[in-house]
Amino acid sequence: MKAATGMEHLHIISVLVENKSGVLARVAGLFSRRGFNIYSLAVAPTDDKRFSRITAVVDLDSAPLEQIIMQLDKLINVVSIDELAPSDAIETELLLATVKSDNDIRGQIIQLVGVFEGKIVDVGIASLTVMLAGHPSKLDDFEELIRPYGIVDIQRTGRVALSRL
Amino acid sequence: MQITGAHALVKSLEMEGVEVVFGMPGGAILPVYDPMLDTSIRHILVRHEQGAGHAAEGYAHATGRPGVAIVTSGPAATNIVTALADAYMDSIPLVVITGQVARPFIGTDAFQESDTTGITMGVTKHNWLVTDPNEIPEVVAAAFYIATTGRPGPVLIDLPKDVSNAMMEWHWPESVDELDLPGYHPATTVDQDIIEQAVDLICDSERPVMYVGGGVIKSNASDELLELAEMTGIPVVTTLMARSAFPSAHPLSLGMPGMHGNYTAVTAMQRSDLLIDLGARFDDRVTGRVDAFAPEAKVIHVDIDPAELGKIRRPDVAICGDCKPVIEELIHGLKKRGISGGIDDGNSKVESRRDISSWLSTIYEWQERYPLIYHQSKEGELLKPQMVIETLRELTPDDTILVTGVGQHQMWASMFWKFKMPRTFVTSGGLGTMGFAVPAAIGAKVGHPERMVWAIDGDGCFQMTAQELVTAAAEGIPVKIAILNNAYLGMVRQWQELFYDERYSEVYLSPDLPDYVKWAEAMGCVGMRVDSPNDVAPVIEKANSIDDRPVVIDFRTDAFEKVYPMVPAGASNDDIILFPGQEDYALGVQEAGSSDNVAGSKDEAGAGGAGMTEAGGKDEAGAGGAGTTEAGEGKVESR
Repeated sequence: MKAATGMEHLHIISVLVENKSGVLARVAGLFSRRGFNIYSLAVAPTDDKRFSRITAVVDLDSAPLEQIIMQLDKLINVVSIDELAPSDAIETELLLATVKSDNDIRGQIIQLVGVFEGKIVDVGIASLTVMLAGHPSKLDDFEELIRPYGIVDIQRTGRVALSRL
Repeated sequence: MQITGAHALVKSLEMEGVEVVFGMPGGAILPVYDPMLDTSIRHILVRHEQGAGHAAEGYAHATGRPGVAIVTSGPAATNIVTALADAYMDSIPLVVITGQVARPFIGTDAFQESDTTGITMGVTKHNWLVTDPNEIPEVVAAAFYIATTGRPGPVLIDLPKDVSNAMMEWHWPESVDELDLPGYHPATTVDQDIIEQAVDLICDSERPVMYVGGGVIKSNASDELLELAEMTGIPVVTTLMARSAFPSAHPLSLGMPGMHGNYTAVTAMQRSDLLIDLGARFDDRVTGRVDAFAPEAKVIHVDIDPAELGKIRRPDVAICGDCKPVIEELIHGLKKRGISGGIDDGNSKVESRRDISSWLSTIYEWQERYPLIYHQSKEGELLKPQMVIETLRELTPDDTILVTGVGQHQMWASMFWKFKMPRTFVTSGGLGTMGFAVPAAIGAKVGHPERMVWAIDGDGCFQMTAQELVTAAAEGIPVKIAILNNAYLGMVRQWQELFYDERYSEVYLSPDLPDYVKWAEAMGCVGMRVDSPNDVAPVIEKANSIDDRPVVIDFRTDAFEKVYPMVPAGASNDDIILFPGQEDYALGVQEAGSSDNVAGSKDEAGAGGAGMTEAGGKDEAGAGGAGTTEAGEGKVESR
């Protein structure tokens, strides 16, 4: 099974942390001082107000996954860590992009957005903003296809993930 | 009962059984110092906050109980960061309380404000910024619980001034279960299957070595270690953090491994087919080049911190647990296989176990050929530091606590001191903090007022924190300091001599500036100076007889003396550089055909220079790295 975005050295970990001030700094500080690389990071509260969930995509070229997990687990505010192998995880990411769209090509872009099941969320005279949610590799493909039209601005959230049932 | 946050803090410390705190007041911590007047807890007023931290460490090292320090915000908090980092590296339980500016001022660059929790995040096991006075008892209880359980370490509580001043309803958590720590579960139970696997490896090994680290000290497992060693006959190396974990004079004691380890300890590990790592962490100062370290050895690694298992060296059997119960389990497992006897009673040759007697013979041969040696100084020459240390050991009681700073003097102390009881060696290992000795000795003496506490310090180290002797004199803490004054930053000098072609850059300190005797006297201590070998013992005896104030002795030692053996940084432990002349010594032993001319050769510290008085120390300066390697060739290269 191929890893998301084709980069096998990336791995997703889902870290349940106490919802206390400074926890993100502790996690980020640990990564930085131990020389672990974070590829992307998403943080949000969970249904339990006491906890938040950090979904981090980590670069295993920088350190073995086991060390990353063991060191993270030493942080007092880290409650639990799930290692999400790409094949066992549901991954989703959100993309917002503003693309140049003069009259003659606007139709093509709208068509492309339709194919990818995205949404047009804003339209200007010479550009439009699209929103797309989905597997990170799908977002990569979309990004590649709209690039020739001229990307004015693009923002991705980093992925969130849960294990498959 | 409504009390202030400050009062709640002091009461909480009382509830934790704290008997002494080291500290210094200041603006943001002022509210806490008012109830300090009314508590039974002893407060020791240091002269610099770093001293408070190291004194608390010395106390914790020597007693096993957590050390406590209280300082104010801003510069006081930053001054104690070094001690926190030191304690974090060496897993010393420490609870540090810092004042903080009042909550409304946090983040405004207020006077004496610093982001203390941010600054100390990477050098504490955990820290807290207390924002509600009602949380103080739970935070203090959690702080002591976290500092002392699992892998011990320093924690910090940052207490804003208005939180100290605010009223709260006093309460105390009945048990740790009441603490809100959903992510902290230090308790571990060891799986029997894993113990069995470890026993299998032990029984199957022909060249086993026990590689003992600070975890054995922390876990108070010295008795169990001794039992395990004697029932199996497996020799023991003790790292710098574990030097006092096993008696130095024991036949199975090989001494210290690593960069300045002795030949037998280093080589036994290199040739070993099984390393039984008990609470050691494969530090770079022990392993040298990791991929060349003990290449044929299988590894049983016991550590309470799961992150250490496989961090540097992949173990064949990983046991996450406290050394004491794990060693007990190993003993039990070995007994079930019929291994129960002493070293030489033949029982160790039970069928289920391989014979290790030829391994032990090899090791004893190494010990005879390569003991730690040094040349005695000739008339009119400066003292040999090793001789000062050996004399000091001879003249002090078995339970003397030895404290050191960091550098050459530390290595010589570790090599030449004869350790007899656990928790009698207090030193800065992982962080290598110069200036550790004086304040740490104060802390150790406060923890064990009935015992003699000697610090062996370097002249460079002493100058970093000597002001704490004012604390010692004022508080009536009669520590004794032996400065091995070679007028240099000696270890740096040694590296410049060996690896930078004797280009000495900024390492000279002068033997007379400062005048250590006058300085000691100015600080309320007795100051003495020793120039001649004949005066070493009498002056030490005089120092031992003084018990009403601290003593400082300025021993004038030979700057050309270097710490050998040595494995150059980044080199393989196979490339150990021996003491110049050691090969001839070994040859002499061989030709004599016996060990008659080697005093106590099976002893880790070996002959201690017996019969090696001829060569003048200063001639060595010319040798500059043509040290002898095992192969008999000078192989030292610049790093």
